[in-house]
Formats: sequence, C-alpha cells, structure tokens
Amino acid sequence: MNPITQAIQGVPLNHYILLSTIIFCIGVIGVLIRRNAIIIFMSVELMLNAVNLLLAAFSVYHNNASGQVFVFFIMALAAAEVAVGLAIIVMIYRNTHSIDINVLNKLKW
Amino acid sequence: MSISLFYFIAFLSIFFSLLVIFAKNPVHSILYLIITFFTFTMQYILLNAQFLAIVNFIVYMGAILVLFLFVLMLLNLNKESEPLKSNLLKTIGVIAGMCLLVTLIGSTKSLQLSNPIVLQAQNLGLVKNLGKVLFSEFLLPFEISSILLLSAMVGAVLLAKREPKDAS
Repeated sequence: MNPITQAIQGVPLNHYILLSTIIFCIGVIGVLIRRNAIIIFMSVELMLNAVNLLLAAFSVYHNNASGQVFVFFIMALAAAEVAVGLAIIVMIYRNTHSIDINVLNKLKW
Repeated sequence: MSISLFYFIAFLSIFFSLLVIFAKNPVHSILYLIITFFTFTMQYILLNAQFLAIVNFIVYMGAILVLFLFVLMLLNLNKESEPLKSNLLKTIGVIAGMCLLVTLIGSTKSLQLSNPIVLQAQNLGLVKNLGKVLFSEFLLPFEISSILLLSAMVGAVLLAKREPKDAS
C-alpha cells in the first residue's frame, strides 16, 4: 500500500467533520465582520472548500466515487461564480469608487 | 508517516484561514488564502483523491486566486478604502459565528464515535475511475455544467463592459 495513504488510516470521520465545521464557521465569521467585498467573497470560497473536503472524506469513507464527482461539479460552479462575482465587484467599484459594502445599502447608485 | 500528519495539516489550515479573515491588508489575505488552499490539496492527497488534488491545485490556486489578485490590483485601493467596522458589530459577528460553531460541534458530539476512515479501494480517487463515473453516470450534469460556464463567461463580459455614458 502506498505509504502516504496509510497516514489517514485511523483518523475518525468525526475529526474530518470537526475540521470542516471549524473552517466553515471561520468563513461565516469572515462574512460577518469584514466590509471589503473581496474579503467577503474569499470567505465564501473558504466555506465552499470546507464542504468540498467533507464531501471527499465521506466519499472515501463510503467507498463511493459520486462524492468526488460532486466536488468536481462544485469546483466548476465556483469558477463560474467567481467570474460573475468579480465582474459585479469591478462594476460596483467603477460606479462608487469603493468596494465597501456599506455604500450599497440603497441598492441604487 | 503517522496519524499526526492529518492533525498537523488541519492545524495549519485553521491557522491560515484565521489569518485570512483577520489580516488587515487584502493582498496578504489573498496570499494566506492560497496557503490555506494548499493545505486542502495536501488533505486530498492524504485521502488518495489525486484527481481532486490536481484540480484543486490548478483551478483554485492557479486560476481563481490569481483572478482575485488581478482584480484587487486592478481596483487600486487606497488605505482609507476600508473604514473599520465598529467594534460592537465585530463582536456581535464573532459571537454569532461562535454560536453556529458550538451548535454544529454539539450536534456532532451527540453522534457516537465513528469508525476510522479506511481506504477500501485504492483506485477510488484516481483519474481513470473518476472519469468512468463522470462520463457514464453523470454525463448530463457534465454537459449542463458546460452551459453554466458558457453563460457565466457571457455574463461576466456583459457586466464588466463599460456602458456608454448617454445611452438614452
């Protein structure tokens, strides 16, 4: 057996759930406490990655390849989301000369 | 090669993701996020999900974060562009996130101790096996995701295009 994969033999599934939970909550806190729109966007990426890791861990745990295919689809969706979101942020900056989310409270410029 | 490698990498990912949200400079924040995604790549390698490790490396670290860095440098932010949120709101945000964390961890604790992860099939995460699954079971979602990417590309170009001043 490949020695690198022997390292996870014995890690309980609960610890993967705990790791993903902690990183997901760090992403939530980042969304709540920052005002820079790009940092908020990066926190959303962090949450997506936490879920990806949990899906891969469950996929290995249940010996089912569907979870890893789902991670692939989530990555394609994240790429599309980042392209559209960053275009929106560029447009916001062009209109307001700031990416502070507090200037967007009127939903009009 | 021991079991502590997982815990070391998990500690690194938590540490650098905390640095992501608490760094003052947005460029430093993006660089810390790159390191965080690299630790995720190492986790995928430990799980023997080699396809996901490569895709995470190329797509997230290579494409998405470079796009973030590009946009951030394009925007030319000044130092006063992010006025600090009031401390009350920050404290409330941290408390709300901690409440979510405690709730999720508590619900995890109510489960009984799970079995350790054992890699049953060695070729589970390899490209050959995943390609067979992707192109037999998930062929329709694969094609739909191509339409999603096309529409996202059209939408991004349409949004970022400078609109004429006096359109009406």
